[in-house]
Amino acid sequence: METLEFIFDSDPALHPAQPAALCGVVGSGNLEILVQPGEDAGLCTVRVKTSARGFGTTWQAVLGAFAATHAAGGTRIDINDMGATPAVVTLRLGQALSEYHQGGAR
Amino acid sequence: MNIDSILDALFPRGHAVTVADQVIAGEATTAAGTVTVLGTTDAAAIDHRIALTLARRVIDTAELHPGRPIVFLVDTSGQALSRQQELLGLNGSLAHLAQCVDAARRRGHPILSLVTANAVSGGFLSFGLMADRVYALADAQVRVMDLKAMARVTKIDHERLVALAASSPIFAPGADNYQRMGAIEAIWDRPDAARLDSALAELAAAPRGEDRRMALGWERGGRSLAAATAAAVMAAPPAA
Amino acid sequence: MNALLSRRRSYFEATARARVAGLLDPGSFAEFLPPAESAPSPHLANLDLPGAFDDGVVVGGGRLAGAPVLVAAQEGQFMGGAVGEIHGAKIVGLLRRAVREKPAAVLLLVDSGGVRLHEANAGLIAISEIMRAVLDARAAGVPVLALVGGSCGAFGGMGIVTRLCSGVVMSEEGRLSLSGPEVIETVAGVEEFDSRDRALVWRVTGGKHRYLTGDCADLVEDDIAAFRQGATDFLAKWREPAPDLTRLRADQVRLETRLTRFARHRDGLDVWAELGIPRPEEVPLLDRDTLVALKEGLPA
Repeated sequence: METLEFIFDSDPALHPAQPAALCGVVGSGNLEILVQPGEDAGLCTVRVKTSARGFGTTWQAVLGAFAATHAAGGTRIDINDMGATPAVVTLRLGQALSEYHQGGAR
Repeated sequence: MNIDSILDALFPRGHAVTVADQVIAGEATTAAGTVTVLGTTDAAAIDHRIALTLARRVIDTAELHPGRPIVFLVDTSGQALSRQQELLGLNGSLAHLAQCVDAARRRGHPILSLVTANAVSGGFLSFGLMADRVYALADAQVRVMDLKAMARVTKIDHERLVALAASSPIFAPGADNYQRMGAIEAIWDRPDAARLDSALAELAAAPRGEDRRMALGWERGGRSLAAATAAAVMAAPPAA
Repeated sequence: MNALLSRRRSYFEATARARVAGLLDPGSFAEFLPPAESAPSPHLANLDLPGAFDDGVVVGGGRLAGAPVLVAAQEGQFMGGAVGEIHGAKIVGLLRRAVREKPAAVLLLVDSGGVRLHEANAGLIAISEIMRAVLDARAAGVPVLALVGGSCGAFGGMGIVTRLCSGVVMSEEGRLSLSGPEVIETVAGVEEFDSRDRALVWRVTGGKHRYLTGDCADLVEDDIAAFRQGATDFLAKWREPAPDLTRLRADQVRLETRLTRFARHRDGLDVWAELGIPRPEEVPLLDRDTLVALKEGLPA
């Protein structure tokens, strides 16, 4: 398992509808994402625990692209990953952030 | 040690315990008086027949001898692996046996298990682990699965498992691990009447309703998370 | 009718959290030890696996048709729903809480292969503790209802736990047994049990077979709303009996009789024929309502 930590600049997230939002399950090819309030309104901090080693650059790119195109500032994101593809990661990030903003069922 | 030697060592005052078709059944004399003796031998694979035979004897004891201690002698390689056994729901027969043991406990019967050789998985769950206290002989094999099979199923290197097993009791076979984790009370270097009588006396004097294994696992350092987790769930808001 | 079908949500496909959300009264669920307050298992981390915040089981309280219930839902997609130290302790804590709070019921959404091998000893002991805790909750007058309809079914020690519950509600897709067909095939050979013969696996361990033999109380469609209805219906009719030797003696006789009657059989088809079903080969094709009517018309 590899643990990776990132900090990105990001536009401030809307005021959260709930203190924490969880999306996804840690199944093969899947991941779970937990979004909570972070300390700095302009930063998105991410910690990833992943079963697949050596993909640091890919995570940097995928998470960075997400932070750049979404209002994720002021959040702290924790990820438990069991080998999800970048497409699945991006999808789940969107779902998790959306739920953080609005609440509602998955 | 073969089962007859074990019986003689445990019950020098006399016993009427028969061993037939891998099932141990009967009664014996101890310092605490007569006890019912039940169990399995020969690393028995528990099937419907064995489970229902033992269950019947537990119910008989509860009906005919209120309060009498029950001593389980455990030697099982786990559940029988067969399509026919699954077809008729072996999980249900094992559950029934467990429920009978639990009912006897609720009616005040002190219940003690001694692992004489093997105690594995579902076989162990169905009666041995339902006792108030479990003991094991020093050379007993207590496990869910051996490490080689575990390596195959989990796809984790066998060497890795062996290395980790040296520092953690959490998955590797061994009665000592089960003791550290709260499920086994003590390991005896040999079966003898004095030990059994002492264990039965302790049990008779102890409160027996509550399952204390989590607390014991925490006290002995074998399970550091279970007790706190259960307590946290019990205390979590919203309050009742 | 079409509107209902278009809203059907597969229980089999759903995550544990989605099942809980769909089963309970909307908005009534409050989770105990939510993910934000939990950490993954250090035992899995030691084996280089990332783990899950809830360690694969969601526990909490809510309402079912207005009645207060406690719920544990296993996530079958995480480590096969298998029971580790934290996972097991959450379920035990929930059942002990039930003894104190006396809800209308505990709902156990079982979706598990049994003991988590990575934490084998902790898992085995935890399952033993769950067994005792289920019986304690029932002895305190709280019904414990198992729901089985996920991809892992209820196997291993969780197959034993399921049969200790007050009742079981299953879908056709659910499986309830002890040893997995793969294990039996590995040890005893493909002739004994071809684990890739899915139809056979379901004839031996599946919801319809368990329903016809009386090992589950109700058979429902693979739909979260159908499980909700099945649970509600069961609890409306159920009064948790005090532990009683007479009942255990009756169960003993019933199990011994069943063993004698069906001992020769190797396939659900033979059992169903013996039960008096006229064309047993059609059972896998029958819809739920037809099968229920068929069962109710059988000789006792």
